[in-house]
Amino acid sequence: MADSYYDPKDLRKFGNITEWSEELGSKFFDYYSKVFEEGALSAREKSLIALAVAHVVKCPYCIDAYTKDGLQRGITKEEMMEAVHAGAAIESGATLVHGVQMMNKYNKLSM
Amino acid sequence: MATKSLKAQQSELSSANKQLEVLNNGIFADGELPYFKDKIAEIGHFPLRPTKLEILQINVGYMCNQVCAHCHVDAGPDRKEIMTKETMAQCLEVIKNTGAHTLDLTGGAPEMNPNFRWFVEEASRAGVKDFIVRSNLTIIRANKKYYDLPEFFKKHNVHVVSSMPHYTRGKTDKQRGDGVFDKSIKALQELNTVGYGIPDSDLRLDLVYNPSGAYLPGDQIALEQDFKKALREDFNIEFHNLFAITNLPISRFLDYLLASENYEDYMYALVEAYNPAAVANVMCTNTISVSWDGWLYDCDFNQMLDLKVASKIKHIKDYNEEVLTDRNIIISQHCYGCTAGAGSSCQGTVA
Repeated sequence: MADSYYDPKDLRKFGNITEWSEELGSKFFDYYSKVFEEGALSAREKSLIALAVAHVVKCPYCIDAYTKDGLQRGITKEEMMEAVHAGAAIESGATLVHGVQMMNKYNKLSM
Repeated sequence: MATKSLKAQQSELSSANKQLEVLNNGIFADGELPYFKDKIAEIGHFPLRPTKLEILQINVGYMCNQVCAHCHVDAGPDRKEIMTKETMAQCLEVIKNTGAHTLDLTGGAPEMNPNFRWFVEEASRAGVKDFIVRSNLTIIRANKKYYDLPEFFKKHNVHVVSSMPHYTRGKTDKQRGDGVFDKSIKALQELNTVGYGIPDSDLRLDLVYNPSGAYLPGDQIALEQDFKKALREDFNIEFHNLFAITNLPISRFLDYLLASENYEDYMYALVEAYNPAAVANVMCTNTISVSWDGWLYDCDFNQMLDLKVASKIKHIKDYNEEVLTDRNIIISQHCYGCTAGAGSSCQGTVA
């Protein structure tokens, strides 16, 4: 057993999850690869969305994977950073919009 | 960025044996990753054999005006290996009689060979269907004596294949050196001016894309579209096709992988992306590579690893196409670079 929760090398073993549940694992990977194919959105656009989401869900494996994927697609570092900010803005917005709840509660409890 | 070749730095990795030692040991000897030999044996392609000779690739010397970080030739201004006129004459005899439809001149910067123009003039008379010169673009702007190269290429109906790692300045200069991007843009515009790369023009201008780091190239068609759009919109530049070429883990790129601690991950990525469908069309099956001193190799990469063809014909002076075609191709773990994803060759993807 590794003495840390995250090991970059574990990403290589992601496919192994299928070994303990063939059906669910295979269905997941089929779905996953289908999602990232060219569609109404380009594969390039989806790669940037994935990078933004990877940051929001704070998945180090996903950040490694989609930074590399972006490089392979010729995506520039400026584009990548803007995607991260888009994710961060939604995440901070999601926190801040709860400020309205706080204000509502404050007003309700105050005379 | 380094301004000297590994050889001039007397780096241990400038030795072919040292590079092969790295490629044959470590994660492969441990059994963590399979040897290329075993991988192609699974689909009945070991030993790998040539099919029909289609491309004669001649390396006219390792001297170059650039010192690119990823260069598999370890080329640079300090390299003195230059093909002599005598060896060129031996090559011309072969070019006149070969069954190959493509002649592919490479280097270094082939234009820096003092007999380059004579060789092109003579070779163009031999009537090969496709006559490629791999030009790094900046050479056209490096010195006044090269300014007329676009006209010279046009006169001899040369197919120009040029390296362009990215359509942004930062990425290009990081891989190839400061100022390379601006010079390359100017050179491309000059090639366009004489008619190269214009849609429907017979003057072929293709670009080669190598990733600027430890990752594989993305989809060749998607990259071509991005390059075309950006170069057209920003600089009014036209070109025909983009070849996406995988960096092979040898020479300066291997040095970079080891120094940046990316070697293992990169080899994993190559092995994971192994595509059996690419094996049948790898370029060593239809190419012979000739070195500056006339030795024969399965490909330019094997040339840099000093792995001469496994045939009793080993030199251009003894050239015999029939005998050469009956040989086993020499392979090692660097070969995974040509079978990853859509495959990779000097002509781009193969699968």
